Amino acid sequence: MFEDIIFIATIAIKSSIAVLFAAVGEVFAERSGVLNLGVEGMMLTGAMVGAAAGIAWGDPWLAAGCGMLAGAALAAVHAFFAINLKADQTLSGLAIAIFGAGLAGFLGRAIIGERGVRFGLEALPVLSDIPVLGGIFFKQNALAYVAYILVPLTAWMLFRTRLGLKIRAVGEDAPAADAMGVNVTLVRWGCVLFGGLLAGLGGCYLSLAYTPGWKDGMTMGQGWIAIAMVIFSGWRPGRAALGALLFGALAALQWNFEANGSELIPAWILKMLPYVLTIVVLVLVKRFGTSGRGNAPSALGIPFHRM
Amino acid sequence: MRIVRRTRPIRYKALVTALLAVGFALAAGALVFAGQGVNPLEAYAVMVSGALGSLNGLAEVAVKAVPLTLTGLSVAVAATMLLWNIGAEGQFVWGAIGAGWAALYLSPFLPTALVIPACLLCGALAGALWAMIPAALRVRYGVSEILTTLLLNYVAIIFMEHLYFGPWRDPMAFGFPGTPTFPEASWLPRLGKTRLHLGALVAVLAAAGLHLLLARTKWGYRIRVTGRSGQAARYAGMNTSRQTYAVMATAGALAGLAGMGEVCGIHYLIREGINPGYGYDGIIVACLAGLRPALVPVYAVVLGTFLIGADRLQSAMQLPSSIGLVLEGALLLGLLAAEAVTRFRIASGKGDDNV
Repeated sequence: MFEDIIFIATIAIKSSIAVLFAAVGEVFAERSGVLNLGVEGMMLTGAMVGAAAGIAWGDPWLAAGCGMLAGAALAAVHAFFAINLKADQTLSGLAIAIFGAGLAGFLGRAIIGERGVRFGLEALPVLSDIPVLGGIFFKQNALAYVAYILVPLTAWMLFRTRLGLKIRAVGEDAPAADAMGVNVTLVRWGCVLFGGLLAGLGGCYLSLAYTPGWKDGMTMGQGWIAIAMVIFSGWRPGRAALGALLFGALAALQWNFEANGSELIPAWILKMLPYVLTIVVLVLVKRFGTSGRGNAPSALGIPFHRM
Repeated sequence: MRIVRRTRPIRYKALVTALLAVGFALAAGALVFAGQGVNPLEAYAVMVSGALGSLNGLAEVAVKAVPLTLTGLSVAVAATMLLWNIGAEGQFVWGAIGAGWAALYLSPFLPTALVIPACLLCGALAGALWAMIPAALRVRYGVSEILTTLLLNYVAIIFMEHLYFGPWRDPMAFGFPGTPTFPEASWLPRLGKTRLHLGALVAVLAAAGLHLLLARTKWGYRIRVTGRSGQAARYAGMNTSRQTYAVMATAGALAGLAGMGEVCGIHYLIREGINPGYGYDGIIVACLAGLRPALVPVYAVVLGTFLIGADRLQSAMQLPSSIGLVLEGALLLGLLAAEAVTRFRIASGKGDDNV
């Protein structure tokens, strides 16, 4: 029983990291006022490029870097359309989601079935010796540790630094921020690119750590779940991580039932759960969250046109 | 150099927009081809001749255009009211399930002549009911339909898989998960030796009907007003909640009909691969058509050509047909770029904006 719980908790962490990266990145894009619905496409392209780079050069860190750049490249397209051309952000994001999925499927065809490199499990010294918690949190792969550092760092950046203040100002009221001398275009570009880097890293986590290698459509909608988690989080990196963990716990439950063959809950219902519960979470946020649009940045989705 | 808003609309806007969009898509596709070491001109030649170079190719384009028209209409009618139905894929799947249920489990109790109407009805109804979930969540809790329709797509697909892997699986089909073949009474009649089926007529009628409904009726007027300004509609005493349900039900029914057409007109059973993303294609079609139902079939044919071309590319040059998705995404981006071009112009020097 106790063993089971540790097993489930370990898998829960392991299963949450991809969504976590993507969600934290999306928090930044949206905090600056840009809705990026292209996350799924960026994750897929990131995953594919990461896997391909890993196969080519054999170094997981280099591979993850390539995947991040791929995510950022797609994000740059979205940024250009949403920020410079002031296009409809919903449509631009959807276009990126479709384009990215197609690109990953097209270019990734060559490496399907090839064994790539992977981030191995690394037990951290001292910390991993902590009873129970050590085994759950500190016997993970390197990208999980990156995530642990990333969450508090980004939260601190967003809420405690001048740069974070600028980002939030741009997202709340771009004309006012502009009048204060903030470069709205630059801040938005930076945030969307950062979101793309992290979406790419989320994809890489899947193809370099979680289930190494490339498979078409391997994100299974985690990009969309990440966007939902941003709403759940009230646009806060810390709570977005919590949402990701919730998602991870569901995935872990599925693994656990599969592993011990119990049919307590049928497999197909378990497979639906992450999507259904994400919707339930969205409803609960609207029902019990703060009034109106919650903490959504006021300028979210509104292009800035200097008067 | 700055970007300023145009004062006068440019001439031939629709044509310019469409040409720019297609040009952008072809250019982006050429980059991807070149990156793979494939000569783009050669690839496009294969696509064009494969899709348009033979009678069979043309028929297949028409076959593809049927579900694309219906899902395109589905997205367009919702978007007219500013509702983003990204869930046409899931509604399509439910349409297939509804039609499959009628064909497999209801048909034994029906006279032959009623089987196809029953399939049509059950397909449309199943799609409409599935679309009621995001509609209710939007009306009651204000949850964005973009995310709910999208997430529900995955749920619908998992449920369909459960059916053909589990309770609806054909025990006689060794190894291949799928339902039994539908009884012949439920097969949609086909045109000659082609695969073009009765669904084509349904699609054309749906486009015409929706055009009239939106352009000529009070209901359509209300939807268009709500789409322009929800606030104005509420001030005018319109019940936007009821309209949301009505519009999403219509959208779901249309996508459901698309699913019905595919299983009763093409495959005659439900199995993996009946839904190669027609719901998402519908978004592109609706946008290209500028949400105008009358133009939806036209652009469904355009996108159908792209997709059949991509299929031919796969068989002729062993290139993955996902290039179809690449071109679709680029097409949508090209459309957005074209809109920017027609909305703004580049001006030199300094001066007042918005002149």
